[in-house]
Amino acid sequence: MLLFIARRLAQSVLVMLTVALIAFTLFQYVGDPINNMVDQDTSLAERERIRKQLGLDDPVHVQFWRFVQNAAHGEFGISYRLRKPVAELIAERFPATLELSMISAILALAIGIPMGIYTALNRERWPAKLFMTLSLVGVSLPTFLIGIFLILIFGVQLRWLPTFGRGEVVQLGWWSTGLLTASGLKSLIMPAITLAVFQMTLIVRLVRAEMLEVMRTDYIKFARARGLKERAINFGHALKNTLVPVITIIGLQVGSIIAFAIITESVFQWPGMGLLFVQAISEVDIPVMAAYLMLIALVFVIINLIVDILYVVIDPRLRVQS
Amino acid sequence: MSASSIPLLEIRALKVEFPSRRGVLVAAQDVNLTLEGGEILGVVGESGAGKSTIANAVMGLIEPPGRMADGQILLRGERIDALPKERMRRIRGRRIGMIFQDPLTSLDPLQTVEQQLVETMLTHLDISEREAKARAVELLEQVGIPDPEHRVKNYPHQFSGGMRQRVVIALAICCEPEVLLADEPTTALDVSIQAQILDLLRRLVRERGMGMIIITHDMGVIAEITDRVAVMYRSRVVEEGPTEKILTNPDHPYSRSLIAAVPPPDRRIDRFPLVEYIEKAGTQKKALDLSTHWLGQARDFGDSGGPLLEIENLTMRFLVRPSLIPSRRKWMTAVDNVSLEIREGEVFGLVGESGSGKSTVARLICGIYTPHAGHIRFAGEELTAMRLRREINRLRRQMQMIFQDPYSSLNPRMKVRDIVAEPIRFHRLAESGAEVRHIVDDLLEHVGLGTAAALRYPHEFSGGQRQRISIARALATRPRFLICDEPTSALDVSIQAQILNLLKDLQEELGLTMLFISHDLPVIRQMCDRVGVMRHGKLLEVAETEALFTRPQHPYTKHLLDLMPRMRHEA
Repeated sequence: MLLFIARRLAQSVLVMLTVALIAFTLFQYVGDPINNMVDQDTSLAERERIRKQLGLDDPVHVQFWRFVQNAAHGEFGISYRLRKPVAELIAERFPATLELSMISAILALAIGIPMGIYTALNRERWPAKLFMTLSLVGVSLPTFLIGIFLILIFGVQLRWLPTFGRGEVVQLGWWSTGLLTASGLKSLIMPAITLAVFQMTLIVRLVRAEMLEVMRTDYIKFARARGLKERAINFGHALKNTLVPVITIIGLQVGSIIAFAIITESVFQWPGMGLLFVQAISEVDIPVMAAYLMLIALVFVIINLIVDILYVVIDPRLRVQS
Repeated sequence: MSASSIPLLEIRALKVEFPSRRGVLVAAQDVNLTLEGGEILGVVGESGAGKSTIANAVMGLIEPPGRMADGQILLRGERIDALPKERMRRIRGRRIGMIFQDPLTSLDPLQTVEQQLVETMLTHLDISEREAKARAVELLEQVGIPDPEHRVKNYPHQFSGGMRQRVVIALAICCEPEVLLADEPTTALDVSIQAQILDLLRRLVRERGMGMIIITHDMGVIAEITDRVAVMYRSRVVEEGPTEKILTNPDHPYSRSLIAAVPPPDRRIDRFPLVEYIEKAGTQKKALDLSTHWLGQARDFGDSGGPLLEIENLTMRFLVRPSLIPSRRKWMTAVDNVSLEIREGEVFGLVGESGSGKSTVARLICGIYTPHAGHIRFAGEELTAMRLRREINRLRRQMQMIFQDPYSSLNPRMKVRDIVAEPIRFHRLAESGAEVRHIVDDLLEHVGLGTAAALRYPHEFSGGQRQRISIARALATRPRFLICDEPTSALDVSIQAQILNLLKDLQEELGLTMLFISHDLPVIRQMCDRVGVMRHGKLLEVAETEALFTRPQHPYTKHLLDLMPRMRHEA
């Protein structure tokens, strides 16, 4: 078990270094950072001096190593656009994105998994068929369209919910939360639903397909032949076996909820990292882009690590035999 | 057995239907069977005959849209087929237990044996969890699992196939049912394990006075364990009676040909007898003139003088426990220092139980695995030393393999024509597309499928037909050496006879050399000139077939021969 985790950790470090290399090359190849910092009328000598001062004339591997060291400390330099340290910008924005993502992930799982089970077990009933049709719509509609529809109906027509921003937030140390105020919660509803719809429908379909597969196996037939209760078969045996493959996908999906909150954040002007990133792209704000890249990679790596460990916890076949 | 008493289980005029788009398929009809306590009733027939349908009907577990269209099922005189769901559930496992074919897939992989046993007992019996746990250990002991106190905490994957089937049996009898239904309980197991499981079942039936219905396609199992037999053919019971009588003097022509088709273990015959009742005499294979035929061309491989295949000190290991530290790695030696020779034109048999390494030898020869040590020489050329792809392909063309499972060895997305043509195209054995098509049609004709098969997909064919496609594909490179890895063990006895006859004919016509791998001793006896016996990766004995069967030298060979299921009347 320990060896397993150690190996996964080593792989994670390798992944992070690779991503760091990509982020680092952004600085090298997307424009000259000096140009981005100085005015038109800065002399060449002055530019050279800044270059030297910032260590930009060192050999590439020295620069890369410095980048990795700084990144490990959470330092990504100063944003070109906002003239503030990137770490500070991210710390400001991260809670917004994480709250939005977690709420929609919980929404997607809490609705998606039971619906998947229901549609698998009651394949022939009309609610199951309705869910499946709706889920097809959910999978095929683009996220921004759902967001715009929601804004149109609940924001513009009915005027029930705010159409942009986070509402009032409360500061808990450096963490700003919108979960403790009424307006914060109200603001969260539409973006969270928008972000959750796609994941939810995907989870419904995935759980359903896996569950149907499991229901066909011999051990379920044998459980029936032993006269076990329907509930024990469905939830004790079938569901647990269904979850083994489903967990991987869910892990990746939770990662992508965070990574692809961009679109939802743009639609609702949600002050999260996604919005920061979109703005950074349009203004070639490379330190912000690099930091975002690294952070998202870290999120994925951590989620995958958790998924791998969960795997071992659920499936005894993966445990090393003593 | 007094005629007046109520039988333990009675099936009256059972009819099971499966409605489908193409019409209603009748899986079982006019089935009348009775079972007494302490009795073992065998139901025998080929796949699709409706044997399993009977068991499922008794359990009330026919898969929808299938349904019981007619008839009654009575347990101690009480009708159970029309009971409400919940009451039927209480009978399942409590009064009627069932065992399935494949012990590897019958157990929930995520729960310990104890959890599964306790759950079942708590569902049906009015006992505490502690009592259930104690009983679980007792049950494992009764079904012959050593060290039950510890093993009960294990997960299914920690047991071998035979041990898992014992666990399955323990689960089926844990609530002391009156009736036990066993659907092919030993088909997935080795001969020696099969004998043990059958012993165990017989003992349990006698000790507990249970009634057991055992469903099988294997006449050997029927002869071994049953008191009475019902022979099923195309959804009907065509004959029923005491086992002794059915085996020695069957009335129905189908029973007669089914029994005749079992290859006799105790003598060698020229051809495998076919189940004529269904097959309408003989195969439709046409004779061919090798001097003009495509298959006969480019066969001048030259005579190397020595044996065609020489294997010397072959060793193959698999890593079972990976570790960063080499000393902590655990290896499993699948093939251990095996040396043998196969002469040109001979059929060499390899026999052994699963895990003995016989399939690994085949895979090493055709290059699917690379050996850790040892040499393989084919027609005097060292295969293990070859590095050039061109060189290797030249020799690979000369050896082809036929796999055990006809369902997974053909690409389901390719038409039969392309499947058979692939090796021809790969080895560039034909000048033009038209020629390839011509050759493929010819091959399909030759293996008895007909040219119409070329445009269809594998799933449209039965297991036996698919195995013919595999044979056609293997022949497509005009091979000199054919490796057959359990080519018929997934097939019914009647189909097995056809495929083996086809292989035999081809071997004679084309002068093929063959490595024939099987766990089935009677089949080995009919097919092979010489036989090697393998166990735990070691080659224990090599002998001429007749000598091996009449005068086995190694104790393990004797043991295997003793276990061979025999028809009682032939013993």
